[in-house]
Amino acid sequence: MRQSLAPRNLRRRKIEENFFRVLMAGSVLIVIACLGLIVGTIIWKGLPALSLSMITQTPKGGYYLGREGGILNAIVGSLYLASGATLLAVLFSLPIVLFINVYARKTSRLATWTRFSFDVLWGVPSIVYGAFGFILMVFMGLRASLLAGIITVALLELPIMSRAMDEVIRLVPPELLEASYSLGATKLETALKVVVRQSLPGILTAILIAFGRGIGDAASVLFTAGFTDRLPTSLFQPAATLPLAIFFQLGTPFPEVQARAYASAALLTAIILLVSLLARGLIKKYTKHLT
Amino acid sequence: MRLLKDALASKVMLVLTFFPGLVVFLIIIGLYLRGRPILAEKPLFSLLFSSSWAPGRGDFGFFPFIMGTLWVTAVALIVAVPISLLASIYLSEYAPRAVQEFIRPMIDLLAGLPSVIYGVWGVLLIVPLVARIAPFFGGTSSGYSILAGGLVLAIMIFPTIIYVSLEVISSIPYELREASLSLGATKWETVKHVVLKKGLQGIIAAIVLGLSRALGETMAVLMVVGNIPKVPQSVFDGGYPLPALIANNYGEMMSVPLYDSALMLAAGVLLVIVLVFNVLARIILVRVERRAG
Repeated sequence: MRQSLAPRNLRRRKIEENFFRVLMAGSVLIVIACLGLIVGTIIWKGLPALSLSMITQTPKGGYYLGREGGILNAIVGSLYLASGATLLAVLFSLPIVLFINVYARKTSRLATWTRFSFDVLWGVPSIVYGAFGFILMVFMGLRASLLAGIITVALLELPIMSRAMDEVIRLVPPELLEASYSLGATKLETALKVVVRQSLPGILTAILIAFGRGIGDAASVLFTAGFTDRLPTSLFQPAATLPLAIFFQLGTPFPEVQARAYASAALLTAIILLVSLLARGLIKKYTKHLT
Repeated sequence: MRLLKDALASKVMLVLTFFPGLVVFLIIIGLYLRGRPILAEKPLFSLLFSSSWAPGRGDFGFFPFIMGTLWVTAVALIVAVPISLLASIYLSEYAPRAVQEFIRPMIDLLAGLPSVIYGVWGVLLIVPLVARIAPFFGGTSSGYSILAGGLVLAIMIFPTIIYVSLEVISSIPYELREASLSLGATKWETVKHVVLKKGLQGIIAAIVLGLSRALGETMAVLMVVGNIPKVPQSVFDGGYPLPALIANNYGEMMSVPLYDSALMLAAGVLLVIVLVFNVLARIILVRVERRAG
Protein backbone atom coordinates (compact mmCIF):
# COMPACT_ATOMS: atom_id res chain seq x y z
CA MET A 1 0.00 0.00 0.00
CA ARG A 2 2.52 2.52 1.22
CA GLN A 3 6.26 2.54 1.57
CA SER A 4 5.88 2.44 5.31
CA LEU A 5 4.43 -1.01 4.98
CA ALA A 6 7.60 -2.37 3.38
CA PRO A 7 9.74 -4.36 5.81
CA ARG A 8 12.56 -1.96 5.09
CA ASN A 9 12.65 -0.21 8.40
CA LEU A 10 11.32 -2.64 10.89
CA ARG A 11 12.98 -1.13 13.92
CA ARG A 12 11.69 2.35 13.24
CA ARG A 13 8.20 1.02 12.72
CA LYS A 14 8.33 -0.89 15.97
CA ILE A 15 9.43 2.25 17.77
CA GLU A 16 6.60 4.22 16.18
CA GLU A 17 4.14 1.54 17.22
CA ASN A 18 5.31 1.60 20.81
CA PHE A 19 5.49 5.37 20.93
CA PHE A 20 1.85 5.72 19.95
CA ARG A 21 0.79 2.86 22.17
CA VAL A 22 2.27 4.67 25.17
CA LEU A 23 0.71 7.94 24.05
CA MET A 24 -2.71 6.33 23.75
CA ALA A 25 -2.55 4.51 27.05
CA GLY A 26 -1.40 7.79 28.57
CA SER A 27 -4.43 9.58 27.17
CA VAL A 28 -6.77 7.06 28.73
CA LEU A 29 -4.94 7.51 32.01
CA ILE A 30 -5.34 11.29 31.78
CA VAL A 31 -9.08 10.96 31.28
CA ILE A 32 -9.43 8.60 34.23
CA ALA A 33 -7.10 10.71 36.37
CA CYS A 34 -9.27 13.77 35.71
CA LEU A 35 -12.32 11.94 36.97
CA GLY A 36 -10.40 10.75 40.03
CA LEU A 37 -9.06 14.23 40.72
CA ILE A 38 -12.46 15.86 40.42
CA VAL A 39 -14.34 13.41 42.61
CA GLY A 40 -11.41 13.25 45.02
CA THR A 41 -11.14 17.01 45.41
CA ILE A 42 -14.87 17.45 45.91
CA ILE A 43 -15.00 14.75 48.57
CA TRP A 44 -11.82 15.96 50.27
CA LYS A 45 -13.26 19.47 50.57
CA GLY A 46 -16.87 18.53 51.11
CA LEU A 47 -16.74 15.66 53.53
CA PRO A 48 -15.41 17.68 56.49
CA ALA A 49 -18.14 20.25 55.83
CA LEU A 50 -20.93 17.70 55.88
CA SER A 51 -22.51 17.36 59.29
CA LEU A 52 -25.90 16.54 60.62
CA SER A 53 -26.76 20.19 61.19
CA MET A 54 -25.58 20.99 57.66
CA ILE A 55 -28.20 18.78 56.08
CA THR A 56 -31.02 19.37 58.55
CA GLN A 57 -31.01 23.18 58.84
CA THR A 58 -31.72 26.02 56.51
CA PRO A 59 -29.15 28.84 56.35
CA LYS A 60 -29.50 31.44 59.08
CA GLY A 61 -29.05 35.14 58.46
CA GLY A 62 -29.08 34.97 54.69
CA TYR A 63 -27.41 32.37 52.49
CA TYR A 64 -24.68 34.72 51.36
CA LEU A 65 -23.68 36.34 54.65
CA GLY A 66 -25.11 34.24 57.47
CA ARG A 67 -22.51 31.98 58.99
CA GLU A 68 -24.80 29.46 60.58
CA GLY A 69 -27.19 26.86 59.40
CA GLY A 70 -27.06 24.36 56.60
CA ILE A 71 -28.27 23.54 53.14
CA LEU A 72 -31.61 21.90 53.80
CA ASN A 73 -33.30 24.54 51.62
CA ALA A 74 -31.20 23.50 48.63
CA ILE A 75 -31.58 19.78 49.26
CA VAL A 76 -35.36 19.95 49.48
CA GLY A 77 -35.61 22.44 46.61
CA SER A 78 -33.45 20.30 44.34
CA LEU A 79 -35.37 17.12 45.12
CA TYR A 80 -38.73 18.81 44.50
CA LEU A 81 -37.53 20.45 41.34
CA ALA A 82 -35.82 17.44 39.80
CA SER A 83 -38.65 15.06 40.74
CA GLY A 84 -41.29 17.39 39.35
CA ALA A 85 -39.35 18.00 36.18
CA THR A 86 -38.64 14.31 35.68
CA LEU A 87 -42.30 13.44 36.17
CA LEU A 88 -43.36 16.08 33.66
CA ALA A 89 -40.73 14.91 31.20
CA VAL A 90 -41.93 11.29 31.50
CA LEU A 91 -45.48 12.37 30.74
CA PHE A 92 -44.30 13.75 27.43
CA SER A 93 -41.47 11.52 26.40
CA LEU A 94 -42.98 8.09 27.08
CA PRO A 95 -46.04 8.63 24.83
CA ILE A 96 -43.88 10.20 22.12
CA VAL A 97 -41.37 7.37 22.12
CA LEU A 98 -44.14 4.76 22.19
CA PHE A 99 -45.86 6.50 19.33
CA ILE A 100 -42.86 6.60 17.05
CA ASN A 101 -42.07 2.96 17.79
CA VAL A 102 -45.50 1.33 17.94
CA TYR A 103 -47.90 3.47 15.95
CA ALA A 104 -45.69 5.06 13.35
CA ARG A 105 -43.53 2.73 11.33
CA LYS A 106 -40.00 2.76 12.68
CA THR A 107 -38.58 4.25 9.56
CA SER A 108 -41.44 6.63 8.81
CA ARG A 109 -40.75 10.25 8.13
CA LEU A 110 -42.47 11.35 11.33
CA ALA A 111 -40.31 9.05 13.42
CA THR A 112 -37.15 10.23 11.69
CA TRP A 113 -38.06 13.86 12.19
CA THR A 114 -38.94 13.36 15.81
CA ARG A 115 -35.63 11.65 16.45
CA PHE A 116 -33.90 14.45 14.65
CA SER A 117 -35.61 17.11 16.76
CA PHE A 118 -34.61 15.25 19.90
CA ASP A 119 -31.03 15.29 18.64
CA VAL A 120 -31.30 19.01 18.00
CA LEU A 121 -32.87 19.67 21.40
CA TRP A 122 -30.18 17.56 23.02
CA GLY A 123 -27.59 19.97 21.67
CA VAL A 124 -29.29 23.12 22.92
CA PRO A 125 -27.12 24.59 25.72
CA SER A 126 -28.76 24.68 29.12
CA ILE A 127 -28.30 28.44 29.38
CA VAL A 128 -30.53 28.77 26.31
CA TYR A 129 -33.16 26.61 28.02
CA GLY A 130 -32.78 29.00 30.94
CA ALA A 131 -33.35 32.03 28.74
CA PHE A 132 -36.29 30.37 27.00
CA GLY A 133 -37.75 29.28 30.33
CA PHE A 134 -37.49 32.87 31.47
CA ILE A 135 -39.36 34.11 28.40
CA LEU A 136 -42.01 31.43 28.90
CA MET A 137 -42.29 32.37 32.55
CA VAL A 138 -42.81 36.06 31.82
CA PHE A 139 -45.26 35.14 29.07
CA MET A 140 -47.33 33.02 31.44
CA GLY A 141 -47.23 35.73 34.09
CA LEU A 142 -45.25 33.65 36.54
CA ARG A 143 -42.45 34.82 38.80
CA ALA A 144 -39.26 32.89 39.47
CA SER A 145 -40.72 29.85 41.19
CA LEU A 146 -40.58 26.13 41.66
CA LEU A 147 -43.12 25.71 38.86
CA ALA A 148 -41.14 27.79 36.35
CA GLY A 149 -38.01 25.85 37.28
CA ILE A 150 -39.81 22.53 36.88
CA ILE A 151 -41.04 23.45 33.41
CA THR A 152 -37.61 24.61 32.27
CA VAL A 153 -35.77 21.59 33.64
CA ALA A 154 -38.42 19.28 32.15
CA LEU A 155 -37.66 20.78 28.74
CA LEU A 156 -33.97 20.18 29.34
CA GLU A 157 -34.59 16.57 30.38
CA LEU A 158 -37.01 15.74 27.59
CA PRO A 159 -34.48 15.00 24.82
CA ILE A 160 -32.10 13.18 27.16
CA MET A 161 -34.85 10.93 28.47
CA SER A 162 -36.51 10.35 25.11
CA ARG A 163 -33.32 9.40 23.33
CA ALA A 164 -32.41 6.95 26.08
CA MET A 165 -35.93 5.45 26.05
CA ASP A 166 -35.99 5.25 22.27
CA GLU A 167 -32.76 3.29 22.31
CA VAL A 168 -34.25 0.51 24.44
CA ILE A 169 -37.77 0.50 23.02
CA ARG A 170 -36.36 0.20 19.52
CA LEU A 171 -34.82 -3.10 20.56
CA VAL A 172 -38.17 -4.73 21.35
CA PRO A 173 -38.47 -7.42 18.69
CA PRO A 174 -41.28 -6.78 16.17
CA GLU A 175 -42.38 -10.41 16.49
CA LEU A 176 -43.45 -9.64 20.03
CA LEU A 177 -45.73 -6.86 18.79
CA GLU A 178 -47.17 -9.09 16.11
CA ALA A 179 -47.85 -11.86 18.59
CA SER A 180 -49.74 -9.36 20.71
CA TYR A 181 -51.78 -8.07 17.76
CA SER A 182 -52.65 -11.56 16.65
CA LEU A 183 -54.14 -12.20 20.07
CA GLY A 184 -56.49 -9.32 19.39
CA ALA A 185 -54.78 -6.63 21.45
CA THR A 186 -55.03 -3.05 20.26
CA LYS A 187 -51.93 -1.00 19.67
CA LEU A 188 -52.43 0.88 22.93
CA GLU A 189 -52.69 -2.35 24.90
CA THR A 190 -49.64 -3.69 23.13
CA ALA A 191 -47.69 -0.52 23.82
CA LEU A 192 -48.51 -0.43 27.51
CA LYS A 193 -48.59 -4.10 28.40
CA VAL A 194 -46.00 -5.57 26.09
CA VAL A 195 -43.56 -2.88 25.02
CA VAL A 196 -43.37 -1.01 28.30
CA ARG A 197 -43.14 -4.18 30.34
CA GLN A 198 -40.50 -5.66 28.11
CA SER A 199 -38.30 -2.59 28.30
CA LEU A 200 -39.12 -1.43 31.81
CA PRO A 201 -35.56 -1.56 33.21
CA GLY A 202 -34.35 0.45 30.23
CA ILE A 203 -37.13 2.99 30.68
CA LEU A 204 -36.28 3.36 34.35
CA THR A 205 -32.64 3.84 33.43
CA ALA A 206 -33.61 6.60 31.02
CA ILE A 207 -35.64 8.27 33.76
CA LEU A 208 -32.72 8.04 36.18
CA ILE A 209 -30.27 9.50 33.68
CA ALA A 210 -32.62 12.41 33.05
CA PHE A 211 -33.12 12.91 36.77
CA GLY A 212 -29.37 13.06 37.28
CA ARG A 213 -29.04 15.63 34.55
CA GLY A 214 -31.92 17.68 35.91
CA ILE A 215 -30.74 17.79 39.50
CA GLY A 216 -27.26 18.89 38.49
CA ASP A 217 -28.08 21.62 36.04
CA ALA A 218 -27.56 25.17 37.20
CA ALA A 219 -27.78 27.40 34.15
CA SER A 220 -31.39 26.51 33.40
CA VAL A 221 -32.69 27.23 36.91
CA LEU A 222 -30.67 30.40 37.38
CA PHE A 223 -33.35 32.53 35.73
CA THR A 224 -36.38 30.50 36.58
CA ALA A 225 -36.34 28.89 40.01
CA GLY A 226 -34.95 31.79 42.03
CA PHE A 227 -33.14 31.20 45.29
CA THR A 228 -34.33 31.41 48.84
CA ASP A 229 -33.37 30.48 52.37
CA ARG A 230 -36.74 29.00 53.08
CA LEU A 231 -38.29 25.71 52.12
CA PRO A 232 -40.81 26.03 49.32
CA THR A 233 -44.36 25.25 50.37
CA SER A 234 -46.09 25.78 47.05
CA LEU A 235 -45.33 25.57 43.36
CA PHE A 236 -45.42 29.32 43.08
CA GLN A 237 -42.68 30.03 45.57
CA PRO A 238 -39.02 30.30 44.61
CA ALA A 239 -36.87 27.32 45.48
CA ALA A 240 -33.20 26.93 46.25
CA THR A 241 -31.24 24.24 44.41
CA LEU A 242 -27.96 22.47 45.15
CA PRO A 243 -26.11 23.64 42.03
CA LEU A 244 -27.02 27.25 42.71
CA ALA A 245 -26.20 26.83 46.40
CA ILE A 246 -22.71 25.88 45.25
CA PHE A 247 -22.48 28.70 42.76
CA PHE A 248 -23.72 31.47 45.04
CA GLN A 249 -21.97 30.43 48.22
CA LEU A 250 -18.55 29.60 46.82
CA GLY A 251 -17.73 33.23 46.18
CA THR A 252 -18.22 34.62 49.68
CA PRO A 253 -15.33 35.66 51.88
CA PHE A 254 -16.60 33.66 54.88
CA PRO A 255 -15.22 30.15 55.29
CA GLU A 256 -18.41 29.05 57.04
CA VAL A 257 -20.48 30.00 54.01
CA GLN A 258 -17.98 28.42 51.63
CA ALA A 259 -18.26 25.26 53.67
CA ARG A 260 -21.92 25.19 52.71
CA ALA A 261 -20.92 25.29 49.06
CA TYR A 262 -18.44 22.44 49.52
CA ALA A 263 -21.01 20.41 51.43
CA SER A 264 -23.53 20.99 48.64
CA ALA A 265 -20.96 19.93 46.04
CA ALA A 266 -20.15 16.72 47.90
CA LEU A 267 -23.83 15.94 48.34
CA LEU A 268 -24.64 16.63 44.71
CA THR A 269 -21.75 14.44 43.57
CA ALA A 270 -22.96 11.69 45.89
CA ILE A 271 -26.46 11.92 44.42
CA ILE A 272 -25.07 11.74 40.87
CA LEU A 273 -22.89 8.75 41.80
CA LEU A 274 -25.85 6.99 43.37
CA VAL A 275 -28.11 7.66 40.40
CA SER A 276 -25.57 6.40 37.90
CA LEU A 277 -24.85 3.30 39.98
CA LEU A 278 -28.58 2.56 40.06
CA ALA A 279 -28.85 3.11 36.32
CA ARG A 280 -25.90 0.83 35.72
CA GLY A 281 -27.42 -1.87 37.89
CA LEU A 282 -30.64 -1.68 35.91
CA ILE A 283 -28.81 -1.93 32.61
CA LYS A 284 -27.01 -5.03 33.84
CA LYS A 285 -30.27 -6.60 34.86
CA TYR A 286 -31.84 -5.66 31.58
CA THR A 287 -29.13 -7.18 29.42
CA LYS A 288 -29.26 -10.35 31.47
CA HIS A 289 -32.98 -10.43 30.89
CA LEU A 290 -32.50 -10.16 27.15
CA THR A 291 -30.11 -13.03 26.67
CA MET B 1 -64.75 0.64 23.65
CA ARG B 2 -61.20 -0.68 23.47
CA LEU B 3 -60.93 0.48 19.90
CA LEU B 4 -62.17 3.89 20.90
CA LYS B 5 -59.57 4.11 23.63
CA ASP B 6 -56.93 3.07 21.16
CA ALA B 7 -58.00 5.66 18.62
CA LEU B 8 -58.09 8.36 21.25
CA ALA B 9 -54.66 7.44 22.57
CA SER B 10 -53.26 7.43 19.09
CA LYS B 11 -54.55 10.97 18.48
CA VAL B 12 -53.14 12.25 21.77
CA MET B 13 -49.79 10.65 21.11
CA LEU B 14 -49.68 12.00 17.60
CA VAL B 15 -50.22 15.51 18.91
CA LEU B 16 -47.54 15.00 21.55
CA THR B 17 -45.14 13.76 18.93
CA PHE B 18 -45.16 17.14 17.27
CA PHE B 19 -44.09 18.64 20.58
CA PRO B 20 -40.29 18.30 20.31
CA GLY B 21 -40.23 19.88 16.87
CA LEU B 22 -42.51 22.60 18.15
CA VAL B 23 -40.20 23.33 21.08
CA VAL B 24 -37.26 23.84 18.73
CA PHE B 25 -39.31 26.41 16.84
CA LEU B 26 -40.70 28.06 19.95
CA ILE B 27 -37.24 28.56 21.41
CA ILE B 28 -35.96 30.21 18.26
CA ILE B 29 -39.06 32.37 17.83
CA GLY B 30 -39.19 33.31 21.51
CA LEU B 31 -35.58 34.42 21.58
CA TYR B 32 -36.01 36.29 18.32
CA LEU B 33 -39.08 38.16 19.52
CA ARG B 34 -37.38 39.18 22.74
CA GLY B 35 -34.24 40.17 20.89
CA ARG B 36 -36.08 42.26 18.32
CA PRO B 37 -36.26 45.54 20.27
CA ILE B 38 -32.51 45.89 20.20
CA LEU B 39 -32.29 44.83 16.57
CA ALA B 40 -34.68 47.66 15.80
CA GLU B 41 -32.20 50.16 17.24
CA LYS B 42 -28.93 48.73 16.03
CA PRO B 43 -28.02 46.54 13.09
CA LEU B 44 -26.92 43.02 13.96
CA PHE B 45 -23.55 43.57 12.33
CA SER B 46 -22.57 46.45 14.60
CA LEU B 47 -23.79 44.57 17.65
CA LEU B 48 -21.65 41.57 16.81
CA PHE B 49 -18.48 43.48 15.98
CA SER B 50 -18.49 46.39 18.39
CA SER B 51 -16.21 46.10 21.41
CA SER B 52 -17.94 48.68 23.52
CA TRP B 53 -19.97 47.15 26.33
CA ALA B 54 -21.73 49.72 28.51
CA PRO B 55 -25.37 48.76 28.98
CA GLY B 56 -25.98 51.89 31.08
CA ARG B 57 -25.14 54.07 28.06
CA GLY B 58 -26.93 51.79 25.67
CA ASP B 59 -23.77 50.30 24.17
CA PHE B 60 -24.09 46.59 23.56
CA GLY B 61 -21.06 45.29 21.69
CA PHE B 62 -20.83 41.51 21.76
CA PHE B 63 -17.37 41.31 20.21
CA PRO B 64 -15.37 40.78 23.44
CA PHE B 65 -17.77 38.03 24.47
CA ILE B 66 -17.67 36.32 21.10
CA MET B 67 -13.88 36.41 21.22
CA GLY B 68 -13.96 35.11 24.80
CA THR B 69 -16.09 32.17 23.66
CA LEU B 70 -13.80 31.46 20.72
CA TRP B 71 -10.61 31.59 22.80
CA VAL B 72 -11.94 29.29 25.51
CA THR B 73 -13.35 26.86 22.97
CA ALA B 74 -10.11 26.84 20.98
CA VAL B 75 -8.04 26.04 24.07
CA ALA B 76 -10.49 23.31 25.01
CA LEU B 77 -10.34 21.73 21.56
CA ILE B 78 -6.54 21.88 21.35
CA VAL B 79 -6.33 19.99 24.63
CA ALA B 80 -9.31 17.68 24.23
CA VAL B 81 -9.08 16.53 20.61
CA PRO B 82 -5.73 14.70 20.69
CA ILE B 83 -6.33 13.19 24.12
CA SER B 84 -9.84 11.99 23.39
CA LEU B 85 -8.96 10.63 19.95
CA LEU B 86 -5.94 8.74 21.24
CA ALA B 87 -7.99 7.45 24.14
CA SER B 88 -10.80 6.24 21.93
CA ILE B 89 -8.40 4.52 19.52
CA TYR B 90 -6.77 2.81 22.47
CA LEU B 91 -10.12 1.71 23.86
CA SER B 92 -11.41 0.35 20.57
CA GLU B 93 -8.25 -1.15 19.04
CA TYR B 94 -5.86 -2.01 21.84
CA ALA B 95 -7.56 -2.34 25.18
CA PRO B 96 -8.63 -5.80 26.30
CA ARG B 97 -12.34 -6.23 26.91
CA ALA B 98 -11.96 -6.12 30.67
CA VAL B 99 -10.24 -2.73 30.52
CA GLN B 100 -12.93 -1.41 28.19
CA GLU B 101 -15.66 -2.50 30.51
CA PHE B 102 -13.83 -0.96 33.43
CA ILE B 103 -13.33 2.40 31.75
CA ARG B 104 -16.69 2.92 30.05
CA PRO B 105 -18.64 3.55 33.26
CA MET B 106 -16.00 6.05 34.29
CA ILE B 107 -16.45 8.02 31.10
CA ASP B 108 -20.21 7.80 31.68
CA LEU B 109 -19.68 9.31 35.08
CA LEU B 110 -17.44 12.06 33.73
CA ALA B 111 -20.26 12.94 31.33
CA GLY B 112 -22.81 12.91 34.12
CA LEU B 113 -21.02 15.22 36.55
CA PRO B 114 -22.84 18.55 36.79
CA SER B 115 -21.05 21.56 35.40
CA VAL B 116 -20.97 23.37 38.75
CA ILE B 117 -18.95 20.47 40.11
CA TYR B 118 -16.43 20.99 37.34
CA GLY B 119 -16.53 24.67 38.26
CA VAL B 120 -15.79 24.09 41.95
CA TRP B 121 -12.97 21.76 41.02
CA GLY B 122 -11.60 24.33 38.59
CA VAL B 123 -11.63 27.01 41.27
CA LEU B 124 -9.91 24.73 43.77
CA LEU B 125 -7.29 23.17 41.52
CA ILE B 126 -6.96 24.58 38.02
CA VAL B 127 -7.11 28.28 38.88
CA PRO B 128 -4.26 28.14 41.44
CA LEU B 129 -2.31 25.95 39.04
CA VAL B 130 -2.63 28.47 36.22
CA ALA B 131 -1.64 31.30 38.56
CA ARG B 132 1.42 29.27 39.53
CA ILE B 133 2.59 28.47 36.01
CA ALA B 134 1.86 31.84 34.40
CA PRO B 135 5.21 33.41 35.49
CA PHE B 136 7.12 30.66 33.65
CA PHE B 137 5.60 31.91 30.44
CA GLY B 138 6.49 35.49 31.23
CA GLY B 139 3.07 36.61 32.35
CA THR B 140 1.20 37.14 35.53
CA SER B 141 -2.25 35.83 36.08
CA SER B 142 -4.76 35.63 38.86
CA GLY B 143 -5.48 32.18 37.55
CA TYR B 144 -9.00 33.11 36.53
CA SER B 145 -8.23 32.96 32.86
CA ILE B 146 -8.95 31.67 29.39
CA LEU B 147 -6.51 28.84 30.05
CA ALA B 148 -8.33 27.74 33.21
CA GLY B 149 -11.68 27.89 31.40
CA GLY B 150 -10.31 25.98 28.43
CA LEU B 151 -8.78 23.24 30.57
CA VAL B 152 -11.97 22.67 32.54
CA LEU B 153 -13.96 22.71 29.33
CA ALA B 154 -11.60 20.23 27.70
CA ILE B 155 -12.29 17.69 30.41
CA MET B 156 -16.01 18.28 30.03
CA ILE B 157 -15.98 17.46 26.33
CA PHE B 158 -13.77 14.35 26.63
CA PRO B 159 -16.81 12.08 26.97
CA THR B 160 -18.64 13.54 23.96
CA ILE B 161 -15.68 13.16 21.61
CA ILE B 162 -14.67 9.76 22.98
CA TYR B 163 -18.18 8.32 22.74
CA VAL B 164 -18.95 9.47 19.24
CA SER B 165 -15.57 8.47 17.85
CA LEU B 166 -15.80 5.07 19.57
CA GLU B 167 -19.08 4.53 17.79
CA VAL B 168 -17.67 5.64 14.46
CA ILE B 169 -14.57 3.48 14.82
CA SER B 170 -16.59 0.42 15.78
CA SER B 171 -18.68 0.79 12.63
CA ILE B 172 -15.60 0.21 10.47
CA PRO B 173 -15.68 -3.38 9.22
CA TYR B 174 -13.20 -5.66 10.92
CA GLU B 175 -12.13 -7.25 7.64
CA LEU B 176 -10.49 -4.02 6.56
CA ARG B 177 -8.21 -4.12 9.58
CA GLU B 178 -7.42 -7.77 9.05
CA ALA B 179 -6.51 -7.09 5.45
CA SER B 180 -4.08 -4.43 6.53
CA LEU B 181 -2.61 -6.53 9.31
CA SER B 182 -2.17 -9.49 7.01
CA LEU B 183 -0.13 -7.31 4.67
CA GLY B 184 2.34 -6.93 7.48
CA ALA B 185 1.31 -3.55 8.78
CA THR B 186 1.76 -2.92 12.47
CA LYS B 187 -1.28 -2.17 14.55
CA TRP B 188 -0.58 1.54 14.61
CA GLU B 189 -0.05 1.60 10.86
CA THR B 190 -3.40 -0.10 10.46
CA VAL B 191 -4.96 2.54 12.65
CA LYS B 192 -3.25 5.31 10.73
CA HIS B 193 -4.00 4.11 7.23
CA VAL B 194 -7.26 2.22 7.66
CA VAL B 195 -9.15 3.23 10.77
CA LEU B 196 -8.42 6.95 10.75
CA LYS B 197 -8.85 7.23 7.01
CA LYS B 198 -12.14 5.36 6.96
CA GLY B 199 -13.46 7.05 10.07
CA LEU B 200 -12.26 10.55 9.26
CA GLN B 201 -15.69 11.99 8.52
CA GLY B 202 -17.20 10.52 11.63
CA ILE B 203 -14.30 11.68 13.76
CA ILE B 204 -14.76 15.19 12.42
CA ALA B 205 -18.41 14.94 13.41
CA ALA B 206 -17.34 13.84 16.89
CA ILE B 207 -15.09 16.87 17.20
CA VAL B 208 -17.82 19.18 15.95
CA LEU B 209 -20.24 17.78 18.55
CA GLY B 210 -17.61 18.38 21.21
CA LEU B 211 -17.14 21.87 19.87
CA SER B 212 -20.81 22.73 20.04
CA ARG B 213 -20.97 21.35 23.55
CA ALA B 214 -18.04 23.61 24.47
CA LEU B 215 -19.61 26.69 22.91
CA GLY B 216 -22.70 26.47 25.06
CA GLU B 217 -21.19 25.38 28.35
CA THR B 218 -21.93 27.98 30.96
CA MET B 219 -21.45 27.49 34.65
CA ALA B 220 -18.10 25.72 34.84
CA VAL B 221 -16.46 28.22 32.52
CA LEU B 222 -18.14 31.18 34.18
CA MET B 223 -16.67 30.17 37.53
CA VAL B 224 -13.05 30.06 36.40
CA VAL B 225 -12.68 32.38 33.43
CA GLY B 226 -12.51 35.72 35.20
CA ASN B 227 -15.39 37.48 33.43
CA ILE B 228 -13.56 40.53 32.13
CA PRO B 229 -15.37 42.13 29.19
CA LYS B 230 -12.26 42.71 27.10
CA VAL B 231 -10.91 40.95 24.05
CA PRO B 232 -8.29 38.60 25.53
CA GLN B 233 -4.68 38.96 24.35
CA SER B 234 -3.24 35.77 25.79
CA VAL B 235 -4.46 32.57 27.41
CA PHE B 236 -3.46 33.96 30.79
CA ASP B 237 -5.88 36.88 30.44
CA GLY B 238 -9.35 36.70 31.80
CA GLY B 239 -12.18 36.45 29.30
CA TYR B 240 -15.92 36.65 29.25
CA PRO B 241 -17.68 34.06 27.06
CA LEU B 242 -21.18 34.63 25.75
CA PRO B 243 -22.99 32.08 27.96
CA ALA B 244 -21.32 33.56 31.05
CA LEU B 245 -22.56 37.01 30.03
CA ILE B 246 -26.13 35.77 29.85
CA ALA B 247 -25.92 33.92 33.15
CA ASN B 248 -24.19 36.67 35.09
CA ASN B 249 -26.50 39.54 34.28
CA TYR B 250 -29.97 38.16 34.59
CA GLY B 251 -30.34 40.06 37.86
CA GLU B 252 -29.82 43.53 36.45
CA MET B 253 -31.23 43.03 33.03
CA MET B 254 -34.73 44.15 33.86
CA SER B 255 -33.64 47.53 35.22
CA VAL B 256 -31.64 48.81 32.23
CA PRO B 257 -33.52 49.48 29.00
CA LEU B 258 -32.80 47.05 26.18
CA TYR B 259 -30.51 45.02 28.46
CA ASP B 260 -32.79 42.00 28.56
CA SER B 261 -33.31 42.27 24.84
CA ALA B 262 -29.54 42.27 24.28
CA LEU B 263 -29.09 39.21 26.48
CA MET B 264 -31.89 37.30 24.79
CA LEU B 265 -30.38 38.18 21.45
CA ALA B 266 -27.06 36.86 22.74
CA ALA B 267 -28.81 33.62 23.70
CA GLY B 268 -30.34 33.51 20.23
CA VAL B 269 -27.00 34.01 18.51
CA LEU B 270 -25.46 31.32 20.69
CA LEU B 271 -28.32 28.94 19.91
CA VAL B 272 -28.05 29.46 16.17
CA ILE B 273 -24.28 28.86 16.15
CA VAL B 274 -24.59 25.75 18.29
CA LEU B 275 -27.49 24.40 16.23
CA VAL B 276 -25.66 24.86 12.95
CA PHE B 277 -22.69 22.86 14.24
CA ASN B 278 -24.97 20.25 15.74
CA VAL B 279 -27.04 19.69 12.66
CA LEU B 280 -23.89 19.53 10.57
CA ALA B 281 -22.41 16.85 12.81
CA ARG B 282 -25.66 14.86 12.83
CA ILE B 283 -25.89 14.93 9.05
CA ILE B 284 -22.34 13.62 8.74
CA LEU B 285 -23.06 10.92 11.31
CA VAL B 286 -26.24 9.80 9.57
CA ARG B 287 -24.30 9.50 6.31
CA VAL B 288 -21.53 7.54 7.99
CA GLU B 289 -24.07 5.23 9.59
CA ARG B 290 -25.88 4.65 6.35
CA ARG B 291 -22.69 3.75 4.59
CA ALA B 292 -21.74 1.33 7.32
CA GLY B 293 -25.18 -0.24 7.54
